[in-house]
Amino acid sequence: MTFKETRAQFRAKKVSAKELVQDSFKNINKHEELNIFISKFEDDAIAHAEHIDNNFSDFKDLPIGGIPIAHKDIFCTKGKKTTCASKMLESFVPPYDSTVTRNCYEAGSIMIGKTNMDEFAMGSSNETSFFGPVKNPWQKSLVPGGSSGGSAACIAAGITSISTGTDTGGSIRQPAALCGITGLKPTYGLISRWGMIAFCSSMDQAGPFAKDAFGCSALLDAMSSFDTKDSTCTKRQDKNFEASLVNDFGKLRIGVIKGIEDFGISESVLKAYENTKDVLQQMGHSFHELDFSELSSGICSYYVIAPAECSSNLSRFDGVKYGHRAKAENINDLYLISRSEGFGEEVQKRILIGTYVLSAGFYDAYYRKAQRVRRMIKSKFDKFFESVDLVFLPTTLDQAFKMNRESSDPNKMYKEDLLTIPANLAGLPAISFPNGFSNNLPIGAQFIGNYFTEDLILNTTNKFQEVTDWHKMTPS
Amino acid sequence: MAQNDTLINGWQPVIGLEIHTQLLTNTKLFSPSINKFGEEANTLVDLIDMGLPGVLPVLNDGAVKQGIAFGLATNAEIAKTMVFDRKNYFYPDLPKGYQITQLHYPIVKNGSVDVDGKKIRIHQAHLEEDAGKSMHDIYDLESVVDLNRSGIPLLEIVSEPDISSSEEAVKYLKKIHQIITYLDISDGNMSQGSMRCDANVSLMRPEDTKLGTRAEIKNINSFKFVEKAINFEIKRQIKILESGAKVEQETRLYDSIKDETRSMRTKEFANDYRYFPCPDLVPYNISEDLIKEVKDSLSELPEEKQKRLIETYNLNEYDAAVLCAEKSIANFFEKVAENADALLAAKWIIGDLNALLNKNDIALSESKITTANFSVLIQKISDNTISGKIAKEVLEAIWESGEDVAKIIEDKGLQQISNESELEAIVDKIIDDNPSQVAAYKSGKDKLFGYFVGQVMKATQGKANPGLVNIILKNKLI
Repeated sequence: MTFKETRAQFRAKKVSAKELVQDSFKNINKHEELNIFISKFEDDAIAHAEHIDNNFSDFKDLPIGGIPIAHKDIFCTKGKKTTCASKMLESFVPPYDSTVTRNCYEAGSIMIGKTNMDEFAMGSSNETSFFGPVKNPWQKSLVPGGSSGGSAACIAAGITSISTGTDTGGSIRQPAALCGITGLKPTYGLISRWGMIAFCSSMDQAGPFAKDAFGCSALLDAMSSFDTKDSTCTKRQDKNFEASLVNDFGKLRIGVIKGIEDFGISESVLKAYENTKDVLQQMGHSFHELDFSELSSGICSYYVIAPAECSSNLSRFDGVKYGHRAKAENINDLYLISRSEGFGEEVQKRILIGTYVLSAGFYDAYYRKAQRVRRMIKSKFDKFFESVDLVFLPTTLDQAFKMNRESSDPNKMYKEDLLTIPANLAGLPAISFPNGFSNNLPIGAQFIGNYFTEDLILNTTNKFQEVTDWHKMTPS
Repeated sequence: MAQNDTLINGWQPVIGLEIHTQLLTNTKLFSPSINKFGEEANTLVDLIDMGLPGVLPVLNDGAVKQGIAFGLATNAEIAKTMVFDRKNYFYPDLPKGYQITQLHYPIVKNGSVDVDGKKIRIHQAHLEEDAGKSMHDIYDLESVVDLNRSGIPLLEIVSEPDISSSEEAVKYLKKIHQIITYLDISDGNMSQGSMRCDANVSLMRPEDTKLGTRAEIKNINSFKFVEKAINFEIKRQIKILESGAKVEQETRLYDSIKDETRSMRTKEFANDYRYFPCPDLVPYNISEDLIKEVKDSLSELPEEKQKRLIETYNLNEYDAAVLCAEKSIANFFEKVAENADALLAAKWIIGDLNALLNKNDIALSESKITTANFSVLIQKISDNTISGKIAKEVLEAIWESGEDVAKIIEDKGLQQISNESELEAIVDKIIDDNPSQVAAYKSGKDKLFGYFVGQVMKATQGKANPGLVNIILKNKLI
């Protein structure tokens, strides 16, 4: 069931919140081997659902009232373990809630568990998790994408109709594409980062997953709020994203990147991309070619800035106050051994890169230059949006790939983020939605919009989904 | 810059100070925890101060206003946009593994203060958070951390190397102390660590155009130690330079017990702090309106107060300046002057009270002297209950015990004798007992008058009203 159907049935009292939770757990058990969850809260979820059923009228009109939800294990949940898929936080229980999980709770949803992910959100395949990889529901030998792989797989496997993720360089959109669902990375600053464990603070942004744009809209309404606890959260005019789905934004000018076929995109993804352009054209939209030859430099900029910030953000995990603490004779050993044992290989690699690029003597050559590239990409988009309403491009270079593939070639894995990273560097909203199917696997494409145009992005995706069926496909 | 009177062995000391002052905000720089000294360990700590995962800093506007106030008081430039940076290093009392500070875009730049007619330039003053406190002497085998101090706002005031002697350094430090306490942005308490100082010291020949290599002396926590640490460091560097060796750029620690500075780390082992802009805080724009708001509510500054005291109480310039050196003293004076003779109060504060404070090296607020008991003391002098000499004794008694002035006078029987007939009887007896001195006085040895006064005082243990004694003696000795 899609979110829309689920909520309609709950609101019509055709199904109770408790039955929805029970269904979710039936599916969790059925898909145990996908390794989607790090924590599950069956008893609490049932109790919460009973409370909702008993107070039906208080919950029925809330945007996600009565609906089971899964949260990426990067969001702190009060009294409930929050691991970031790391040994470092294997038994960390926060005494506070993230704004995202609190907002979702207040919007009436029922948290059934915390989903698996790449360790500290660093990875594009979900293989860096301390708790083992998540498997792609479409084909178990393949990765679901990352870093929000658990949350994406959770929707594809039909366990819940909505889930939360975070996207720093594509961590919502890439797994959405690889799992055949819809995922939105909002404008940087739309959703509070309070209580969301930081990887790269200047790019991290939470967002919704659902099968379709409708589900993402309702969940975005629940997740986003102006929050004074996050200084980077932007004060803006409140929008109702679900309500704006029926708006008529008219015929759009859609930008496409000139020579996109030369960026190493696979045949199947390119074919879906071209087909989608046809559909969009039939819907009355027009296309404009954009010169974006700097696209590739985005990766270089990202893989300097993100590790730099991560090396600082992860300094707090030192074995002194909380998290993994090794036995040691002195303070330097305590740091060294706790961090060597607590962090996985990918995280350690990025901490080292980040430490290096911020070091005296290298700062100008790497960090400062990377920030310049970042500003250049941002101004490039500013220019684009003077002449187009949306930018359309594939989400990934290829479809879901086999596990263990890229461990021998990290550069190849980093390159996977080519098409998703620009939106993060610029802080722009972007959605990935299913737009094709090949080799029994889904394909995704994305719209990037101007700042705070989530309503336009969701509306356009929704209209596309009204005339296509790609988002309705489910793994057998 | 060389001033010949500050040369030592032909070397010109070049000194710059970095002064850390804890700001008197209600809450911490980036968290809602209470900013207070002396509470039970780890009771003024919230999620942000502990650096828990996922928590974020939110800037305290109060600290921004206090930074602006300092800038206005030192004729500095206030930043249009200030930026916070992260200074990364590992230490157990630094929960996040970085300190949020300001490197390139501080709140205040290019200020100056006047120290005895010399302009000492302030390079910048920036906002940053304090670290927690590591304690190594509570348990045998373990060190513990108190995070109450973690996140308390600091204003770090960095001078240019315009200071030429240890004495001048102390004067500059006192000037800064005066400004921040007058502005009410810090209590400036060095013994509690709310004001701390690092000194950069180097030497050069007067004819040199390039500064010498400097050593930085860390964490000096009293005015006296600033002077001693710099003096030690100057001597140490002279010895090195005159032996033909080079001063090494390093960080040194002042040991007040041994009165020496010791090497902490050399440049080679200096931390690479990997500064970069803190992505959790957006650049902060300081509006003209905010600056105006701070300007309009700025507390009275030392010069203004001095001027007002002269006008209101007829004080002379010198007395007013001494009283205004410390805001607490000036306020104390004004409070006492509400209930007692102002000029007499000024005289006693500047003289005897100041002497006691200096001798015991404590602040007025830490002493047992209050505006209440001091006012009574001044009243008792004015109304001739006690003489000035006795008053000294009473002041010392209050200093020791804090007891009621009237009670001390009563208990010790210090009341002045102003009873005329009683004094006449004493004077008569002294005249009878000293016929030769009387004769000498009458023959023109005027100076002997003092001898008779002394004898009366001796006979009354100093309690005789001196004015009255003079009159009686003069009458009787004609």
